[in-house]
Amino acid sequence: MDLKIPVESYTGKISEVTIGATPEQGGTRSHTVTIGGSSALPFHFFEGEFPHTPVVAMEVFDKVPAKFPESLMNYYRDVIDRPAEMAKKCVENYNADLISVSLEGTHPEKGNKTVDEAVEVVEQVLKSVKVPLIITGHGHYDKINEVMKKVCDVTAGENCLINFVETDNYKTIAAAALAYDHTIVAQSPIDVNIAKQLNILLTDMNFPEERIVIDPLTGCLGYGLEYTYSIMERIRIDGLSGDKMLAFPMMITPGNETSRVKEAKVQPGTYPEWGDPELLNAYWELSTAMSLLSAGADLLIMYNPKAVEIIKTQIKNMFNSKYK
Amino acid sequence: MALSGLEIFKLLPKTNCGDCGIPTCMAFAMKLAQKKAELTECPHASEEAKAALGAASEPPIKLITIGGAEHIEIGNETVMFRHEKTFFHPTGFAVQIKSSENNEIVNERIKEIADYKVERVGEELMPDLFFITNDNTNKDKFLDIVSTIKKLSSKGIILDCADEEVLVKGIELIKDDRPVIFIKEKVSDKYIEIAKSYNCGIIITDNTLEGLSEQAEMVKNAGVKNIILNYTSENIGDILQTNTILRRSALKKNYKPFGYPLFTHIHGENSYELLAKASVCICKYSSIIVLPVVDKAMLYTMLTLRQNIFTDPQKPIQVEPKIYTIGEPVEESPVFITTNFSLTYFIVSGEIENSGISAYLIVCDCEGQSVLTAWAAGKFTGKEVAKFINEIKLEEKVKTRKIIIPGFVSQISGELEENLPGWEVIVGCQEASDIPSFVKNVKIA
Repeated sequence: MDLKIPVESYTGKISEVTIGATPEQGGTRSHTVTIGGSSALPFHFFEGEFPHTPVVAMEVFDKVPAKFPESLMNYYRDVIDRPAEMAKKCVENYNADLISVSLEGTHPEKGNKTVDEAVEVVEQVLKSVKVPLIITGHGHYDKINEVMKKVCDVTAGENCLINFVETDNYKTIAAAALAYDHTIVAQSPIDVNIAKQLNILLTDMNFPEERIVIDPLTGCLGYGLEYTYSIMERIRIDGLSGDKMLAFPMMITPGNETSRVKEAKVQPGTYPEWGDPELLNAYWELSTAMSLLSAGADLLIMYNPKAVEIIKTQIKNMFNSKYK
Repeated sequence: MALSGLEIFKLLPKTNCGDCGIPTCMAFAMKLAQKKAELTECPHASEEAKAALGAASEPPIKLITIGGAEHIEIGNETVMFRHEKTFFHPTGFAVQIKSSENNEIVNERIKEIADYKVERVGEELMPDLFFITNDNTNKDKFLDIVSTIKKLSSKGIILDCADEEVLVKGIELIKDDRPVIFIKEKVSDKYIEIAKSYNCGIIITDNTLEGLSEQAEMVKNAGVKNIILNYTSENIGDILQTNTILRRSALKKNYKPFGYPLFTHIHGENSYELLAKASVCICKYSSIIVLPVVDKAMLYTMLTLRQNIFTDPQKPIQVEPKIYTIGEPVEESPVFITTNFSLTYFIVSGEIENSGISAYLIVCDCEGQSVLTAWAAGKFTGKEVAKFINEIKLEEKVKTRKIIIPGFVSQISGELEENLPGWEVIVGCQEASDIPSFVKNVKIA
């Protein structure tokens, strides 16, 4: 029998999305980060082009998250309540490619911080680090709309990644992001059709295709990971097969999801078969991230520095594949 | 790939002689296609027909069984992506035991692997295989390890031993437990003979596709049936791509030399790196992975990922219907109710936990469906829920007489109250993520 490598050639290509802006481009970042652009399934160098590696963002908080895992506190205890300092630590010590500023504390039931307080945090982080920023909100529509409108305004020109809009609440935030030249995250609840519908809604309001990133919603390892995994594979296959409304880079959030599950904050000795809690926290986030990386993640927001270190090394190695 | 009745008909003599007991060749072809007859029933079938039908009835990827009572099956996969159907045979996890290591370490590791078990969503998860490497000048050590494992466990054993005499002695010890031999170098006739005479599986190794293909053909032509392919690379990106090419060749091109399960020996500088690479291999087609070291946290993580990836997308994982406690509830604590779809349970219990309160969570038997689906199917109605609550004797276990139902099924509240005299039904929030604010703002117990 003849041995021939069976190659899939796709008609489509994932769009390239750039986050951040340098002084020449009207921002203050030292460089920009571009994701996407692939023409085959993840890491299939033998049959496609991959102009950009997946990148890893780390997250800082406007308010210390309730029940933050102890294993993570061990890395962040000195800076967890000072987002600008924490951002610096993530970039300088842990090599974060981007910083996500979580504004969860503005949620009326999780701190109810004011719009001005949110703006102040964002401005501090902008000053303390030079990498591009992600601005991460929450699901309280009225409040987050007010917060994002103002944040988009004061960061005009920085080309932040505004995270996130969903089908029930996209107009206000998307309009602000559009007006002040930011990029946007379109979040859908583990559903190909809703992901597509939201992207159509956004492009209908003239949101440029090269400024949309899909968040398919991350199910953590052991908590629905398989749903996210398969939805991501389907989105990517459809995107590559010519469905332009699904041909966007994808973002996942293994850090936040892992930090909320039982496995991340188990007390030593509670479940002997689960092993060492410090290791388990890092492994859980790492395994969630690695498997979803194989399904098509282009941007990962992570928390555990050890998991970040390993995943960045593995991405680099994979991009040195002999098939390239 | 299976042939249609018409395709089979073309291969038959078309004489309608009836010697097979069926009046026409067309009717016989239809029976063959439905696997209700065998080609041997036709005394006039040509060699060409036999070859074509034989090849067509083989699965595109060979199914291989390894081990004794605690055996695993690998291979026989039919799709590239789990959403196309499902992945059938979960990756087997093996841990390497080296005969050069001291007895204490070896025995400890064997015991650890033989005994490790963890329960998750009603399933018992455990590692499956031992991979024994002979790297000690004292050859008895290798055989001692095989014997020790045999005593403690009936899990499958892979023998990695370049010394043929020792290998044969090792196989002798476990010959009824379907052992597999691992060949690091290009496979030689001696190994093929050993594999044939003991009918054991053979893992062939190469760092090129061509080399793997040649070796697989050679071993198969020599009469070995159970072949496993080991492509070696330190780079996990190369393994992901090669595994994809191997499986795609087998499934889409019917390329026979690659129609076998895949094996990956994972190397790395530390346990994190091993876990990262193992995660990719579980998702991308390795049927066996061997790890040089493991710890409990790593096993638990990998077993959970394997359970996730190998779940049938059409059959949701169910949790056991019963009363679950969150925190340390007392008799007056609030009572929530939901369905036994695992994801629903995980999200609801997680959000109740995040809210900081202690509570009971009643999980009803809804055949693993989510709240709205179960309601639409008539499995989460007032009557059904009331019946379940009576069955589990909730009244005797709590003092509160209030029960919180998911907001999406507010319509069942009337029927539920009718069927549960003495209870007050509170309609909760629609989304689990709103539970923390719901418990803050509503009097629930």
